[in-house]
Amino acid sequence: MNEIEQLLRELAPQVLGAVTRRFQDFTAAEDATQEAMIAAAGQWQAAGIPDNPRGWLIQVACRRMADHFRSESARKAREAQAIANRCPPEMETAEDDTLVLMFMCCHPSLTTSSAIALTLRAVAGLTTSQIARAFLVPETTMAQRISRAKQSIKASGVPFSMPPVEERAVQLRSVRHVLYLIFSEAYTSSEGAQLQDVELSREAIRLTRVVHRMLPEDPELAGLLALMLLTDARRTARSGPGGELIPLTKQDRSLWDRDRIAEGVAILTASLTRGSVGAYQLQAAIAALHGEAAGADDTDWPQILALYELLRRMSENPMVRLSHAVAFAMVHGAGKGLELVDALETEGGLKGHHRLAAVRAHLFEMAGDPGEAVRNYRLAASRTASIPERDYLINQAARISGSGGV
Amino acid sequence: MKYILLMNSMRAGSGGLETWSDEAAAAHIAYWTALNTDLAKRGEFVGVEALTGPGQAVEVRADKHGLPVTDGVFPETKEMLAGFWVVDVETPERAYAIAAHASAAPGPEGAPLNMPIEVRQVMTSIRPEDLL
Repeated sequence: MNEIEQLLRELAPQVLGAVTRRFQDFTAAEDATQEAMIAAAGQWQAAGIPDNPRGWLIQVACRRMADHFRSESARKAREAQAIANRCPPEMETAEDDTLVLMFMCCHPSLTTSSAIALTLRAVAGLTTSQIARAFLVPETTMAQRISRAKQSIKASGVPFSMPPVEERAVQLRSVRHVLYLIFSEAYTSSEGAQLQDVELSREAIRLTRVVHRMLPEDPELAGLLALMLLTDARRTARSGPGGELIPLTKQDRSLWDRDRIAEGVAILTASLTRGSVGAYQLQAAIAALHGEAAGADDTDWPQILALYELLRRMSENPMVRLSHAVAFAMVHGAGKGLELVDALETEGGLKGHHRLAAVRAHLFEMAGDPGEAVRNYRLAASRTASIPERDYLINQAARISGSGGV
Repeated sequence: MKYILLMNSMRAGSGGLETWSDEAAAAHIAYWTALNTDLAKRGEFVGVEALTGPGQAVEVRADKHGLPVTDGVFPETKEMLAGFWVVDVETPERAYAIAAHASAAPGPEGAPLNMPIEVRQVMTSIRPEDLL
């Protein structure tokens, strides 16, 4: 990302916030800001960055707003022109504009895919075409998704202001969820990543940092940021030269980003002193224990198991129970873990899920039953919708049968 | 998640659109246009393709030199792929709902065809975080 692009992305929510507050029309302001950004990207490249880039963008966006209203009605046009003429380059930006935008774009009335798309455009300052490429859909489709999201916001009448205190907890949960989804969507293949000019994981971390800076007292936001940093720290170690997946236990730990791990641990530790502990904090704590283990054999499994016990009490998510079963197996043996996995299969929820078969394969291998391990690796491979994961599972099966285990 | 919706050529005997009455064919075409427009408006549209009829289909195999050997043309009655949609939706249920809508396109007599639509999830290049 070059200097101009970086600057534009930082300024995008500030400009949008200022213009939205001035005109009280989020939908039009969002379009106007996007047009101003595109104009800036073209002009600054040639003429250099202006002395007051934020003011420059606000003025251009205000002019676009006037153009927009001109096409609507003569009366509105006169009003808008009057306001646009008074749009000073130093138009005030409120400190919490970015936060207000974040709440708006992640409003619980939106579908998750709309919230993700709108957040990336309005708060992260990406263009529609960049977002479309990141999600491998046509640009017109992404444009529609964004425009529908804006229409829903308009229809729901959400004002451009901080949500009332009683709604804030629910809305904040939805903000964290959207940030988390942007981050996890980022795990695309290396081929895909090379084709993209946007790294969604970086964007997710950047946005979460901004929100965390504004709400430093929220422990779960800190937990989420820590979880992202601790997970992202292992990024380089996660795939081999051919792009193949490398599981946690086999990763070259010298490739882990120690600074990121230290930062994640520090943010998590500070958040743990603030009372109740949430699910993101627990997941970050688990990631921290992995991050701090010198080798796979040094992993503090009893502590990880204890954290999964807490997490399991907090969440009905069957994937949490599956991870808990793995930790249980690491502490009490593969046989005991398999019993928990069998219980998960009969209770439904994960019935027929490829992860269940993959975990079972792994535990059978640990238990010294290569035949069942191979059968379950192949079963999991036939069920996953992820190509890199399928390749990994097939290689696992091949490794065991090739070593004469079957 | 992305799904592909596969539609087979219309039921044997119903013939190609060119054999339908003008009104029935127009209603049928309008139905597809409305469906595609709706998908586009919802931001779910990724792609759609209609294929030429089975009468123009050719089956190709490589011979021992790797050169193409062709077979065909096939009779109209053979069940073959007629076209497909790729959609990007939030849930499998939504993909099934779109498929049901496509299935109910009006036939030569105006009644819904209720064609079978095969729904398959498209594999992704998304990498799970850390496999054990």
